[in-house]
Amino acid sequence: MSDATFSGGQKASLLVADPHTRKRNAAESRFRGYGLAAIIVSMVMLVVLLFTILTGGLGAFRQTYLEIPVTLDAAQLDKSGTRDPEAIKKVLTLTYGKILQQALDKAIADKGIQVADLSDKDRAGLISKEASAQLRNRVLADPELIGQTVETRVLVNGRVDGYYKGRVSMESAARDGNTSPAQLQLADALKAQGMLATTWNWSFLTMPDSSDQRPESAGVGIAILGSLYMMLVVLVLSVPIGVAASIYLEEFAPKNRWTDIIEVNISNLAAVPSIVFGILGLAAFINFAGLPQSAPIVGGLVLTLMTLPTIIIATRAALKAVPPSIRDAALGVGASRMQSVFHHVLPLALPGILTGTIIGLAQALGETAPLLLIGMVAFVKNFPAAPPDGLFDPASALPVQVFNWTQRADPAFMERASGAIIVLLVFLLCMNLLAIFLRRKFERRW
Amino acid sequence: MKPAQLSVSALAVIAATASVASARDQIQVAGSSTVLPYSTIVAEAFGENTDFPTPVVESGGSSAGLKKFCEGVGENTIDIANSSRPIKDSEKEACKAAGVTDIMEVRIGYDGIVFASDIAGNDFQFTAADWFNALAAEVVKDGKVVANPYTKWSEIRADLPEQEILAFVPGTKHGTREVFEEKVIAAGCKESGAAEVFAKEKGEEDGESACMALRTDGKSVDIDGDYTETLARIQSAKNGIGVFGLSFYENNTDKLKVATIGGITPSTETIAKGEYPVSRPLFFYVKKQHIGEIQGLKEFAEFFVSDEIAGPEGPLAAYGLVADPELATVQKAVADEVTMAE
Repeated sequence: MSDATFSGGQKASLLVADPHTRKRNAAESRFRGYGLAAIIVSMVMLVVLLFTILTGGLGAFRQTYLEIPVTLDAAQLDKSGTRDPEAIKKVLTLTYGKILQQALDKAIADKGIQVADLSDKDRAGLISKEASAQLRNRVLADPELIGQTVETRVLVNGRVDGYYKGRVSMESAARDGNTSPAQLQLADALKAQGMLATTWNWSFLTMPDSSDQRPESAGVGIAILGSLYMMLVVLVLSVPIGVAASIYLEEFAPKNRWTDIIEVNISNLAAVPSIVFGILGLAAFINFAGLPQSAPIVGGLVLTLMTLPTIIIATRAALKAVPPSIRDAALGVGASRMQSVFHHVLPLALPGILTGTIIGLAQALGETAPLLLIGMVAFVKNFPAAPPDGLFDPASALPVQVFNWTQRADPAFMERASGAIIVLLVFLLCMNLLAIFLRRKFERRW
Repeated sequence: MKPAQLSVSALAVIAATASVASARDQIQVAGSSTVLPYSTIVAEAFGENTDFPTPVVESGGSSAGLKKFCEGVGENTIDIANSSRPIKDSEKEACKAAGVTDIMEVRIGYDGIVFASDIAGNDFQFTAADWFNALAAEVVKDGKVVANPYTKWSEIRADLPEQEILAFVPGTKHGTREVFEEKVIAAGCKESGAAEVFAKEKGEEDGESACMALRTDGKSVDIDGDYTETLARIQSAKNGIGVFGLSFYENNTDKLKVATIGGITPSTETIAKGEYPVSRPLFFYVKKQHIGEIQGLKEFAEFFVSDEIAGPEGPLAAYGLVADPELATVQKAVADEVTMAE
């Protein structure tokens, strides 16, 4: 309001500003300029960051599949002819790879696809190695399929997939030992026949990690689950402990040297580098308490220790912000101190506590360093069971998955890593939106 | 201190329930980042083709892995350590002190170390002596020991391209660094004749360490991260030359150009024949005391070195591992559970 009257009055004003006023006004407008510049710089950074992550990572949400009829030859898959699951299990993925190969060769011949300089290696490399494992699992689940011809949707090699996402070009393929222009031409020909298509990739969100040879099948399924389990542990442990500790310190504890020492230590803990909590976790939870390695329960405990100071500091600040008159009024009408805290002070402090908790959780969600030492930076392929047992099974975590994938040799993993960052950012965004929503909702009660 | 106490008591409750939880049923592996891709490939295939769960594989480096391996025997210690170098005597002693007495050493094959530069850059034909002269802190010039004066490759040898010297070498925490020092720098020191001059001027021992000392004026950059970091550095500094594992190079042939050493181009074939000089064996170590305790441990070790996996036609060779010509001996040793000599 004052802005408007000031700028409106400037032209018509008869006031001649003295040098001192002009100087002050100039200083003010300079300061506004600095502030605006700071905001612009940070916005530009954010846009650049988001742009690089999105351009690099959106590809992970789309995946190229090939759809071919596969004849499950009984002579190769079930020599005994009994359809006995134990006998079928003896047939390894290698054989299924050959069956897929025969199916692809047949499809190429049937459609009359001709590609110059197409080597055996190019044809063999088109289908992902993951496909034979998937086909084997499908047959094991339903042995009756043996002998039939089934339409099968198989993943294609990461390089061919990269070709349709612009990561691989004909020029780079010519120099690339893992693909060739002929292989890409074959893929183009299959696409023209409608057998090959790049579609939305749900499996990126549900599949586990995969080894270096098959980036096309890698997903963040276990990482999401592991992160969720850890957040569950953090939430269940750190909120009651943190809130109880702060209520005691703020409302009940006598103000003496001991509480001062505790207070200094808590503030100090909040600033301790997170790797230190990892060392503590390794010593206390794995070596001393004998908890399993790579388990979300240990990760959750370590992150709880890390989050506690943040929650305690935020909760104490929120409790302090409640006017003393509220407490006095409650005590005045005969409430006990506990009643005054739980009926009046805590509900009013809740928005602040929630914000602190969610900020602490978000910080914990993105943490990698403490997990390094407790064996969670690992290749995990089996999904953990449902909680509470699953808390003790090996699992990965989202930031760990990003870290792991950026170290892999195949450039396709870089795309996966950016994709995992997008997933992580979406989770953080949801958490922050929830914090804002809850704060707004509770703040109306003032 | 309060929250720490509280959470320790919370932990006690959880630990009590944890001890009731079932025994660990998956194999745990940790160690060398060079062996990691091979180990994950095998773990994945093992999980797919057997009824055992897929082993959990951690990275972290050979030394870190062996340290964890030697922490003791029991369910919350790892079963297998991957290593890109043989276990040291000091590590064996640490193992023994912690009760890890029966260790099986399994050699899975050989890995080549290659020198590669940006795809659009110059071609290089190196010798080990070139690398010594380019990166050593002190070199011999006209019969005298001088601080390394070279700034361009062409100053070292006229037929090398006129390009600034800039090398990205693995940091000291990597097993690769030892191989690089031993098979390239020290070999180059001898090859160029500098070793003799150093030994004469500084004495036997100081001469040897002078051979290994790398220059610190920014021409030789230690990379503590992985090969992906080396690649990123080369892409931003186009005249840099990086040290990579053969399998990493083979996955990035569209971005990197490999240099020859002594006229030999690195490949699985030339390494298998012993023509390419810079290679080293890769190992994993099995805690024999865990066989029988941890389901599938022996099966995993046998699966790892089987012909279908580690043989010349297997997936590991396809990824860049040089198959061990004596694989049959290794297979037999694993089947018989032969442990290392004390």
